[in-house]
Amino acid sequence: MPFNLLVVACLLYVVFLFAVAFIVERRAQAGRLGWLRSPLVYTLSLSIYCTAWTFYGAVGYAARSGLEFLTIYFGPTLVFVGWWWLLRKLVRIGRQYRVTSIADLISSRFGKSNTLGVIVTIIAVVAATPYIALQLQSVVLSFGVFASATPDGVAPPDPGSTAIWVAVGLALFTILFGTRNLDAKEQHHGIVTAIAVEAVVKLVALLAVGAFVVWGIADGVGDIIARIDAADLSAWQVQPGRWAGLIFLSAVAVITLPRMFQVMVVENDDEGHLARASWAFPLYLMLMSLFIVPIAVVGLDRLPAGSNPDMFVLTLPLAEGQGGLAMLAFLGGFSSATSMVIVESIALATMISNHVVIPLWLRMRPAAAAGDDLRSVVLNARRVAIAAVLALGYGYYHVSGGSAALAAIGLIAFLGVAQVLPALIGGLFWRGATRVGAIMGLVTGFVVWAYTSFLPSFGPGAVLSDAVFAQGLLGLSWLRPQALFGTEAMDPLIHALFWSLTLNAIAFCIGSLLTFPGPVERLQGAAFVNVFEGSVGPQRWSKGQVEPEALLTMAQRILGEEEALSLFQSSAREQGKDSFLPDPTPGFLNRLEAQLSGTVGAATAHAMISQLVGRATVTVEDLMAVASESAQIMEYSAQLEAREAELTRTAGALREANEKLTQLSIQKDAFLSQISHELRTPMTSIRAFSEILTEGDLPPEMVTKYGRIIHDEAKRLTRLLDDLLDLSVLENGTVQLNLGLASLQQMLDTALTAARQTRPERSFVIHRDLPSEAIYIKTDADRLTQVFINLISNARKYCDAAKPELRISVRQRAGRVTIDFIDNGKGIPKESQSLIFEKFARLTDANRAGGAGLGLAICREIMTNLGGSVAYLPGQGGAAFRITVPLRLEKLAA
Amino acid sequence: MMARKKPPLFLARAPYRRRRLRDAARLLPILGIFLLLLPLLWTEESRLNLSAVDVIYFFGVWLLLIGLAAAFAPGLRKGEGLKEEED
Repeated sequence: MPFNLLVVACLLYVVFLFAVAFIVERRAQAGRLGWLRSPLVYTLSLSIYCTAWTFYGAVGYAARSGLEFLTIYFGPTLVFVGWWWLLRKLVRIGRQYRVTSIADLISSRFGKSNTLGVIVTIIAVVAATPYIALQLQSVVLSFGVFASATPDGVAPPDPGSTAIWVAVGLALFTILFGTRNLDAKEQHHGIVTAIAVEAVVKLVALLAVGAFVVWGIADGVGDIIARIDAADLSAWQVQPGRWAGLIFLSAVAVITLPRMFQVMVVENDDEGHLARASWAFPLYLMLMSLFIVPIAVVGLDRLPAGSNPDMFVLTLPLAEGQGGLAMLAFLGGFSSATSMVIVESIALATMISNHVVIPLWLRMRPAAAAGDDLRSVVLNARRVAIAAVLALGYGYYHVSGGSAALAAIGLIAFLGVAQVLPALIGGLFWRGATRVGAIMGLVTGFVVWAYTSFLPSFGPGAVLSDAVFAQGLLGLSWLRPQALFGTEAMDPLIHALFWSLTLNAIAFCIGSLLTFPGPVERLQGAAFVNVFEGSVGPQRWSKGQVEPEALLTMAQRILGEEEALSLFQSSAREQGKDSFLPDPTPGFLNRLEAQLSGTVGAATAHAMISQLVGRATVTVEDLMAVASESAQIMEYSAQLEAREAELTRTAGALREANEKLTQLSIQKDAFLSQISHELRTPMTSIRAFSEILTEGDLPPEMVTKYGRIIHDEAKRLTRLLDDLLDLSVLENGTVQLNLGLASLQQMLDTALTAARQTRPERSFVIHRDLPSEAIYIKTDADRLTQVFINLISNARKYCDAAKPELRISVRQRAGRVTIDFIDNGKGIPKESQSLIFEKFARLTDANRAGGAGLGLAICREIMTNLGGSVAYLPGQGGAAFRITVPLRLEKLAA
Repeated sequence: MMARKKPPLFLARAPYRRRRLRDAARLLPILGIFLLLLPLLWTEESRLNLSAVDVIYFFGVWLLLIGLAAAFAPGLRKGEGLKEEED
């Protein structure tokens, strides 16, 4: 097999994955995911548990240590078939509290403590580094296998540069698809689907090689069994400690590995999928391991002594002259390595940005809280973090030289992340677990792991000197890294497992028993432990003294304008208000915090809201909920609370209606006096001048002048009556609409030209985004243009900025088009925002620029008739109006 | 307003079955641990060779666990969300 063919195949495969991810992202944005959200995709995405270590390493492991490789798959099998114990709760909590990573889960459970988030992040990064190095190494090794098989082919690059290319390629892919947008739920459908495709590829590849070995090389199942019996797999000495310990370790790892947490909890769309995965994922694991032993046995038998058993999956088909099969196997291994690295680096980047970079950023620049767009900071932080994680992995590969057997590194990484276990289990099932306990446990476990397992993995004399290995730290023999407290007889890995987790758990328990948790911690604890009872909510905000507009500005910076506005609008509607600004009730603040924490993590979201609202106070009800274990009171108060919320909502609606009625009544009087005034003024001058004219003997130029005045006044009168007539037709809904397809861009052009007549002396800077305006709308173009003209003229009339600017932005979403007109003036004061659409509502008499104050009222009626709406948009830094029209307006049956 | 209803002491047939199904789901990993650790007791310390019987035994246990989990899953899913039965 020529080496360049291999490279081309690799590139084609990557392009194919790109296409899959891209198409799925597009469909996800359009909201058409369909079967892509099925339990099948979920189960397949879980298969990133099987990395290159499984794909290549399992055979090597079997060749070296017999059946022990099975323990790596038995642990996850036990965890998944026992999903009712732990995974169900984990996924429920993850979904309910919008957990973004395992660090976020721990930090959130222990009182939204960012210190814990940082500790877990550090552990995860340190443990993942060798694991990523392992994946790079496997890709490099598999390239090397093909290279050595082609004596006449193009000379392959040396391993070092292959590793660099692979690392850079993976970083690019991950950055492209993992950080395209900030999702409120931190999900990446494109990547998950690509991972699922890769899962199929690696399974098919391994099964194909296995089938070839069993039925192609050997004579079917019977022959294989005979060969296994005959083979001298010298190493399966049952070590009960290792056997049980490794099952335990892999069971823990499948829960705590950041990438597993990402696909299992964060990317989960539906809790029901877990039920299916509970047996389907173990089935996948079993199929992956089905042919490992036959491949190992036949490989040892057929291949020359001294060949690397880690590469049997590739070398065996190559030696038998099956180039195509070897290529398939190569792609399988490539898939295993890439999918693991991609998801792992996304998970780690989320942790790093949410727990390290953003808190630092907010602390260093508290002023920034009111200014720039945080979304780009978060996204850039993630991009850099992904690159950094891969660079670390490459660095480890480079330093370690990629020599050690694959399995050893994998197990060390497993043990590293396993240190999260006591805090996780304690946090989920024990309300007495405290923050201090969790910190103590994690730090202890991490230090012991580093000392007994991670640092020794570099070999004696590398990080820890020979003297430390032989005599212990500071010459204390009971501190030898592989024989703590004199336990010399243990296997090094089991020794590290035993001591790190035991000391970790002990520190965790002692810390928890001796300290007293704060109120936030206690509430979070109760909320997490009793997540299925649902009677205790998480910690609540008291009603804050905060302008909702400030909250909106902050939310826009994190969630994006669109998302934030729709969140605020729907909350306002729930409170019975018809605007974009809800009252800052505790319920609303909680909802906002939950939404924000889905993007930047619980601790940061909490900190940002309390920056505006002030310290979160724990209310009396909360304290009662903590103090009282009685379910009766909780249920009673929950029902009362529900009723109270209902009442508040109704009262809010009533209050608003009442306010409006009062205002309307005042307006009605104003309307009458206004209309008589508006009608009388022209009438008076017409009468006066016509009287003068009837007296006769006036110079002709005076006659012309008076005649013109009479004409103008009559015109004004007609216009006023026209407007009134228009309004009443529109209000009665008897208007005739001229439906047709019209270009939005053309309508805006017309409107801008027409509106230039209003105060032509002012020069306006207009910001438009022409490509977004290239939409054809089926509507009544004249009417819609009339509305545009009105809004633009209003901006020209009332915008009080020295250098007036008008921004027109168009968005299309779900069959509706929204057009925003935003100027940079002072805007409209809050108390008048609900009045401007009423008849004869003029805000300042000082600024009378003709017109009778009917413009916006007419606009509103037109939009209602066009099946859309026009609304005032607060918090945009000026007066802003949003028009919504349906893309295709169908004629009403009436 | 009422004091909260006491959970009933005895259940109707359907909820009773659902509860036992949950018990079974909880017991399944424990059965798994037992079956996977059992071979440790068969083998003598001195035995060196890996026999095909061992391989077949482990894959058999594996299939058994998968089959049982698959049999439990639909029933467990159906019962979820019925609040009065959470225990």
